[in-house]
Amino acid sequence: MVNKQIGSAAEAVADIPDGATVMMGGFGRAGQPVELIDALLEHGAKDLVVVNNNAGNGTTGLAALIGAGQVRKMICSFPRQKDSQIFDERYLAGDIELEVVPQGNLAERIRAAGAGVGAFFTPTGYGTMLAEGKETRHIDGRDYVLEYPIKADFALIKALKSDRWGNLVYRKTARNFGPIMAAAATTAIAQVDDVVPLGELDPEAVITPGIYVDRVLELPRNAPAADNIAATATAGSGSTAATAGSAATAGKAL
Amino acid sequence: MKLSRNEIAERLAADFPDGAIVNLGIGLPTLAADYLPEDREIILHTENGMLGMGRAAAEDEIDEDLINAGKIPVTEPAGASYFHHADSFAMMRGGHIDYCVLGGYQVSVTGDLANWHTGAADAIPAVGGAMDLAIGAKHVYVMMNLFTKNGDCKIVEQCTYPLTGIGTVERVYTDMALFEIVDGQLRVLEIFADMDLAALQEAMGVQLLDGLVAA
Repeated sequence: MVNKQIGSAAEAVADIPDGATVMMGGFGRAGQPVELIDALLEHGAKDLVVVNNNAGNGTTGLAALIGAGQVRKMICSFPRQKDSQIFDERYLAGDIELEVVPQGNLAERIRAAGAGVGAFFTPTGYGTMLAEGKETRHIDGRDYVLEYPIKADFALIKALKSDRWGNLVYRKTARNFGPIMAAAATTAIAQVDDVVPLGELDPEAVITPGIYVDRVLELPRNAPAADNIAATATAGSGSTAATAGSAATAGKAL
Repeated sequence: MKLSRNEIAERLAADFPDGAIVNLGIGLPTLAADYLPEDREIILHTENGMLGMGRAAAEDEIDEDLINAGKIPVTEPAGASYFHHADSFAMMRGGHIDYCVLGGYQVSVTGDLANWHTGAADAIPAVGGAMDLAIGAKHVYVMMNLFTKNGDCKIVEQCTYPLTGIGTVERVYTDMALFEIVDGQLRVLEIFADMDLAALQEAMGVQLLDGLVAA
């Protein structure tokens, strides 16, 4: 029997070794696998190469991992933000490497890794600093830059629901990097609000088929904000079961 | 008289036709979302994975899973759809987005754009989706003040900051005038400031073509 469910966040990340390349889903707070990142912080793996759109916000999650000195290199599109002070300090002190990648190239390089594409030509960044030293080609009247895939040893992502086969459905803009990172990593770990019985997810609504997912961790969204529930209820389910949490109300709308 | 930020946004928003698919960059361009003409259906794309994005969420509508590229909570109107990041940028790169509006540090008279990095040694570069939008959208518009706080004109013969895209900007909406770049030539379409073309050209220090429509 296939059962990818795992009991705890600590167990989910326990085999991530020093020096691993780890993708982390999320754009801002949406889709950020906070508990898995916290477990990685606790686990203590170091010299990590982390792939994320940003380089940490505030003092928690990825920012805390960087602050603890566990990250050797960041691959991201937008490190500098109002609340990226931990990364900023480390970077300016020369303690952390940075590879800035245009956001669409970041996404496509991750996608290419999962899809087995060896490299691709993209017009993005042609003639800019970020294409310096890269191979270029003129194709059908346009200039392109050769970009290589970004693979990872592990991906930590967040979705709304899963079943024991690892099929995933997401919620709103929290989907962001989840599907492509799951495919690009040797081991993809998803934290979800809810692991439902096999057969309960509508196959038409599955966004990430379980083939890409290795471990699922159920973490009910704790103490969802009242406004969150109000918003999802308005969106279609009409559920008044506020105590059931946002995951349940949103799930009915799928 | 110069236009305020909101007035530039309003002037810009008036130029989107019915049915246009538009990506508004983070920061100043996002203001245009507040001035979309009500008699037209304009579909907003946000790079983090949504088409048909709604207005900013009110206090009681905030949902942490529903945000725009600037990480501001937004709403989900009828017709909206969600997709992952690679699809979102395929929409740009693949030429499916009609208009994008970006902020700018500098725009050259031939339409080069610099808007992501000052190039200073201690600056932390952050590009986000700017380069993808600059090469991908069918029409690239820039919204910015015409002069820096130090009085330097931001439309220049050649950008001195690191480039975001080459020969890509089609229109520049500023507080003082509206410009169009066609075939590598800069043309003034409207002047908002209290000056004529000659005075504007003198202040900017670049060659301007007259595209003014007689009032």
